[in-house]
Amino acid sequence: MSLTSNSIDLKQGFIRQFELFEKALNGKSLTDFHQTRKKALKAFEGLGLPDRKTENYKYTPITRSLNKKFRFDYESLGKPTISKEVVDKLLIKDLDAYNIVLINGQYSKELSSVDIELSGLEIRDFKSAYEAQPDLVGTYFAKYANFNEDPFTALNTAFSLDGTFMKVADNVVVDKPVMVYAIADANAANWAVQPRNLVIVGKNSQASIIENYISLGNEPTFTNAVSEIVLDENAYFDYYKLEMQGENAYHVGNTQVYQVRSSTFNATTISLTGSLIRNNLNVVLDDEHCEANMNGLYLLDDHQHVDNQTVVDHKKPNSLSNELYKGILGGSSTGVFNGRIYVRPNAQKTNAFQSNKNILLTDEASINAKPQLEIWADDVKCSHGATTGQLDEEQLFYLRSRGIGQQEARSLLLYAFAMDALEKVKIDVLREYIDHHINTRLNK
Amino acid sequence: MLSIKNLHASIEDKEILKGINLDVKAGEVHAIMGPNGSGKSTLASVLAGREDYEITQGSVDFLGNDLLSMETEERAREGLFLAFQYPVEIPGVSSTNFLKTALNQIREYRGQEPLDAVSFLSLMKEKMNLVEIDKSLLSRSLNEGFSGGEKKRNEVFQMAMLEPKLAILDETDSGLDIDALKIVANGVNTLKSKDNATIVVTHYQRLLEYIVPDFVHVLYNGKIVKSGSKDLALELEEKGYDWIKEAEPTH
Repeated sequence: MSLTSNSIDLKQGFIRQFELFEKALNGKSLTDFHQTRKKALKAFEGLGLPDRKTENYKYTPITRSLNKKFRFDYESLGKPTISKEVVDKLLIKDLDAYNIVLINGQYSKELSSVDIELSGLEIRDFKSAYEAQPDLVGTYFAKYANFNEDPFTALNTAFSLDGTFMKVADNVVVDKPVMVYAIADANAANWAVQPRNLVIVGKNSQASIIENYISLGNEPTFTNAVSEIVLDENAYFDYYKLEMQGENAYHVGNTQVYQVRSSTFNATTISLTGSLIRNNLNVVLDDEHCEANMNGLYLLDDHQHVDNQTVVDHKKPNSLSNELYKGILGGSSTGVFNGRIYVRPNAQKTNAFQSNKNILLTDEASINAKPQLEIWADDVKCSHGATTGQLDEEQLFYLRSRGIGQQEARSLLLYAFAMDALEKVKIDVLREYIDHHINTRLNK
Repeated sequence: MLSIKNLHASIEDKEILKGINLDVKAGEVHAIMGPNGSGKSTLASVLAGREDYEITQGSVDFLGNDLLSMETEERAREGLFLAFQYPVEIPGVSSTNFLKTALNQIREYRGQEPLDAVSFLSLMKEKMNLVEIDKSLLSRSLNEGFSGGEKKRNEVFQMAMLEPKLAILDETDSGLDIDALKIVANGVNTLKSKDNATIVVTHYQRLLEYIVPDFVHVLYNGKIVKSGSKDLALELEEKGYDWIKEAEPTH
């Protein structure tokens, strides 16, 4: 079967499933929400799934991987399929957070523990948030993540039903992070999981969210997540994405950020396990004095594939973006980094920096790095660069000459290499958790 | 302690060491001098286990073990230490963490318990005074952004921490001002005992005013062409290396 006919079959499969999905919605298909879904499905029909000719997905054969007949889980909508005992084992110990558990994209009230005493903070399931305040949610939903451009954003929007909703009023410093455990339950079947998250942070407010993508069981899963994050004036937001899915998990994530005056966005994206991962992180700086820091770390092994695609759009003057992605690739793994920076004609005095550094541990591992700058303004400071190399033999020899064993010396150097991509991780317990997982991997 | 017999080593088919013979006993200080390109640093590197060199002939016995068959880290754990001519900068690895790892791996190899944090820190403090190294240097990444003198001092500090049986100082004097040189030499002298030995590799006689050798060897064109007492160093200082180039090998 050629890739093209495969992608058409898959596409038709998704379109047919949409009809089943509409039926499962049972009478709720007349709302504005559903009109947006229909528009997104139309857009998806037009875009189709990416094939080898699709520039944006050229190095990531996602469509080929999806040829596993993923189904949407309508029957058990909202009913957790996993026990509390199982979920408890997945939680990050000692992390004081608002814990949200999504099972196959559905918010589980039973398994989440969100006990809010702070006024001006709302954290709940996306579904009920929309039902309770359709005007408010409708103002933001699908207004930032553009379903006319990306087929996976279109697909997620068409099937969007549930996920995490977070709204921080003006002048609120949220007391603890929001921790989202997005669990794909692949014990029973090949589910396609499509969580939809919306975060709105008001003026002068501060908050953070951790999205942890996990899968259980051995069947293949396809997670197609979309998070929209909207930051008002002088808002400060930390975003963490941890990817720790199973060997049979496929992940596409679109995180769309919109910033206005003097707001700060810090992102740390860490890809540890999972078969195929594609992260699209898009930040629009639509005002002056915005700051966006985007760090990423990927540790790959075996046949893993991770593709990080970032877009920073400097639309107005005097803003700063800073990007650092680091990768350690072993086995026959493959990585892609594609970072685009746009500086619009009137975005003078923009500072935009981007760096991608990789260490290849084997001859079979490979990375495609493509930094792209498109600058239409003339008074800017921009830089970009990509490096790929091996472990430094001189450094290795130096450590060994002091009695440190080969394996330990390699781990020390790789850990040191990885660390500066983690400097924006400010939550101590989270940092220890990540450290532990990185060290376990590096000592393998 | 160390017995080198007819050692030949090449890099990329070019022979650098052409039959070195050298015996070093506990309690001795040996200086190896010679012009640039004579093979001094190659000898130091080969002894420490650098893999760029191919050993084509000869043997090296270190404390009854076949040194050449040992991995670099094993040599260190057995008590060999090389102070690098150009210490490597390692961003992201703190000096403290590095030394703790090294020390505890050596202790583990010798069947000793790892040092706890308190004992390790008090040991650090003691040795820091010895080489007058600033505490702030050690909280930074290993050698990163250190001046030449700071790097050399850090080498001697590491030596003090690891307490080797045989220390090889590879051009530790190069690039040092006289004050730094005195500090480094003082550190080396303080660590000297009847149970350990030192090989000082240098181009200049200056360092030997402060670290007084029992024996001086002149290396030229991959061979030791002359050996003598510390007076040989003075003779070299006076006459330069040219007269040595005509001399016959002593071995």
